[in-house]
Amino acid sequence: MSVSALQNIATSTAEAPPAPADLPKRNYLRSMRANVDAKVAQMLYEDMCLGRQFEDMCAQMYYRGRVAGFVHLYNGQEAVSTGIIKCLRKDDVISSTYRDHVHALSKGVPAREVMAELYGKETGCSKGRGGSMHMFSKEWGVMGGFAFISENVPIALGAAFSIAYRRQQMLDESADQVVVCFLGDGASNNGIFYEAMNMAALARLPIIFVVENNNWAIGMAHYRSTSVPEIYKKGPAFGVPGYEVDGMDVLAVRAAARKAVKRARAGEGPTLIEALTYRFRGHSLADPDELRAPLEKSAWLARDPIATFGEYMKDMGYSNDYLLKETQKKVRALVEDSVSFAESSPEPKVEEVGEYIFADGYVPEPEHFSDEELHQYAVALKDELDQQERRKAGDKTPPTAVQLQRQPLKVID
Amino acid sequence: MTDLLLLLLVVNAVAVWPWSAEGFVARNVLRRDGRPAVADARRPSAGRASPLYMGSAVLDGDKVNGKSVKDWTVERTMFQALHMATAEEMERDPTVCLIGEDVGHYGGSYKVSKDLHYRFGNFQVMDTPIVENTFTGMAIGAAATGLRPIVEGMNMGFLLLAYNQIANNAGMMRYTSGGQYDIPVVIRGPGGIGKQLGPEHSQRLEAYLNAVPGLKLVACSTPRNARGLLKAAIRDNNPVVFFEHVLLYNLKEEIPYLPYTQAIDKAELVKEGKDLTVLCYSRQRHVAVEAAKRLEKTGLSLEIIDLISLKPLDVEAIKKSISKTHRCIILEESSKAGGVGADILSCVIENCSDTLADVPTRVGAKDIPTPYNAKLEEATVPSVEDVMAQVMWMMTPHMVAKR
Repeated sequence: MSVSALQNIATSTAEAPPAPADLPKRNYLRSMRANVDAKVAQMLYEDMCLGRQFEDMCAQMYYRGRVAGFVHLYNGQEAVSTGIIKCLRKDDVISSTYRDHVHALSKGVPAREVMAELYGKETGCSKGRGGSMHMFSKEWGVMGGFAFISENVPIALGAAFSIAYRRQQMLDESADQVVVCFLGDGASNNGIFYEAMNMAALARLPIIFVVENNNWAIGMAHYRSTSVPEIYKKGPAFGVPGYEVDGMDVLAVRAAARKAVKRARAGEGPTLIEALTYRFRGHSLADPDELRAPLEKSAWLARDPIATFGEYMKDMGYSNDYLLKETQKKVRALVEDSVSFAESSPEPKVEEVGEYIFADGYVPEPEHFSDEELHQYAVALKDELDQQERRKAGDKTPPTAVQLQRQPLKVID
Repeated sequence: MTDLLLLLLVVNAVAVWPWSAEGFVARNVLRRDGRPAVADARRPSAGRASPLYMGSAVLDGDKVNGKSVKDWTVERTMFQALHMATAEEMERDPTVCLIGEDVGHYGGSYKVSKDLHYRFGNFQVMDTPIVENTFTGMAIGAAATGLRPIVEGMNMGFLLLAYNQIANNAGMMRYTSGGQYDIPVVIRGPGGIGKQLGPEHSQRLEAYLNAVPGLKLVACSTPRNARGLLKAAIRDNNPVVFFEHVLLYNLKEEIPYLPYTQAIDKAELVKEGKDLTVLCYSRQRHVAVEAAKRLEKTGLSLEIIDLISLKPLDVEAIKKSISKTHRCIILEESSKAGGVGADILSCVIENCSDTLADVPTRVGAKDIPTPYNAKLEEATVPSVEDVMAQVMWMMTPHMVAKR
């Protein structure tokens, strides 16, 4: 099949087979995968490689003492970030956890800015104030970077509220953005997650909850902390449809993401996606990672999302060994460039340590009223005085519905 | 003390409404699909006087009874003043929205948002489930993405459940994002020690939140400043925690009829005096005024500064007053252990030591859970007598460490 013919294949989601009534087994939904053409496949592959190589470089720089703090690497979970975020537009918003470098990269934040942030430099995406766990980029719609478990959930909910508010309250047709809220399996045990799902479903907010279930909350195995380990099943209880996807398969994630994004953009409400995945490294670079069995690790390593997607591309005739290697090289150059950029960037000035705490405050100024407004106020005042007079005279008639009018600006009886 | 309490009136601000508004309240319902219904109760103009009894007020352009509306004052309680401020700001700026428990159909537990959902709809005035941390976080997220939400804590103490969101996100998100996200959120609600509400409903959150960087803490104390300050707080681009006192909601005062704003970072000079400065805020302002009134008979004149802004402190106003009186008492309702008073005290010592004639002292609540029993409760809160005693002690010769 020629490439051009391949490109004609719609990139649309393949419809899922009708699910049997009870679905006890995990990974059933693997069969639902997105169809992509060669170009999109290459984009996804590049993005996953970028995530992997960037994180490897991060570890290197951490061990060399160039990067400090708590650094949580994303290795192994790339298919989730790429699969979800590459379905979004630039003006869509994501909100992430402390494992956020790759989410920011997938969303489009230049690798230079992310690396500079890890270096704590002024050129970093959070100006060196946030560090590894607090990547922010308003331009690219990356709203954190939050370090506590599940505290990003209500923030993402707020971003979704804002979009729905602009669309429904302010009648802004262009407000069709979508918010993606990433969280982990550990966060799914936290009450905020359920509170947020409830509220999102109530107000039909355009939000997608993506649970990256990598089975381990530091040293707490998922099955030891959760009575019902299938997280996707917890959505429907709140009116949020839940889908389970193979988080090691970028096309499976993409298929679920497309569906969820379409639903959210249409104003139909939230979706919960549980992506089953695994982190190839410890919780953070400070984690000795002694708890997880070598056999478990190697079983997941065999399903490396990048390697398997590379194989898929070769099978489909989208790529070959040479091209894949070239891609790796290209990404390598990008990552190395980010390091040299970060190295050569200036440190934030110490005298500016207090910068960015407060925005400009409001300075009171006299209110201005047009003649028409003054007249309206006068009308309302007369009405109030008259009412008082009537009341004094013993009139028990309820007041007219003045509270309900927008004009004049009268508030209280 | 009793006359003061009489003055401050009641606890339960679910006050006596002259006429029931139930007639319209029942009309607006949440649509079955869960979407907020647009306020459908916006009726055509019905503001004309009742035909039964025509009023005699004379209207002429912007003049009522011959006086321009600009010069009119009207009597309002504090909850009405807050209601006015909220409605005016929501009218002025459609991005201002109200989020909280029972702020919509119920009208707020202290009626600060009564009937607003008719005017603005169920989205702009949003009733939330009872999930303080989630709706506070939601407001912060919404603030970061272009709205100006007001969060009402049904009781300020409930916001302890949202402490993480207020501290980590409202306070710090702007800084950690390198100034990219402004958080123009107002978090307000009734706080302070009410009348026999028990320990959990008698929280003074200003003490808890004082340690959080990035927040502005503002306490209103009268209808006049409540309206002006809340409006300014809503227009401010920073997270403002706005303290109202449960016992002040029914306090009445003549306030300007037309909307106005007041600086949220400036202290208010309540009363001028020459012997001693009392630094106070919220309800304690009225305690100080009462103490000053009684002490006047003894020939002592107190200068009373209502701090308004608890963070950042208006150091200039404090300095100015102390350079005149040379003595200072800090009066607070939060407990002396870890309260804001400790901060104010150190601020006074650090900034005014060259003009102080004596070591400043504090009058504050006791470091115990506020008891239910009325007498016990009264014993934990600073009273007029406590303030008077402290003033008398300050004004009598006593041991001061020699230099």
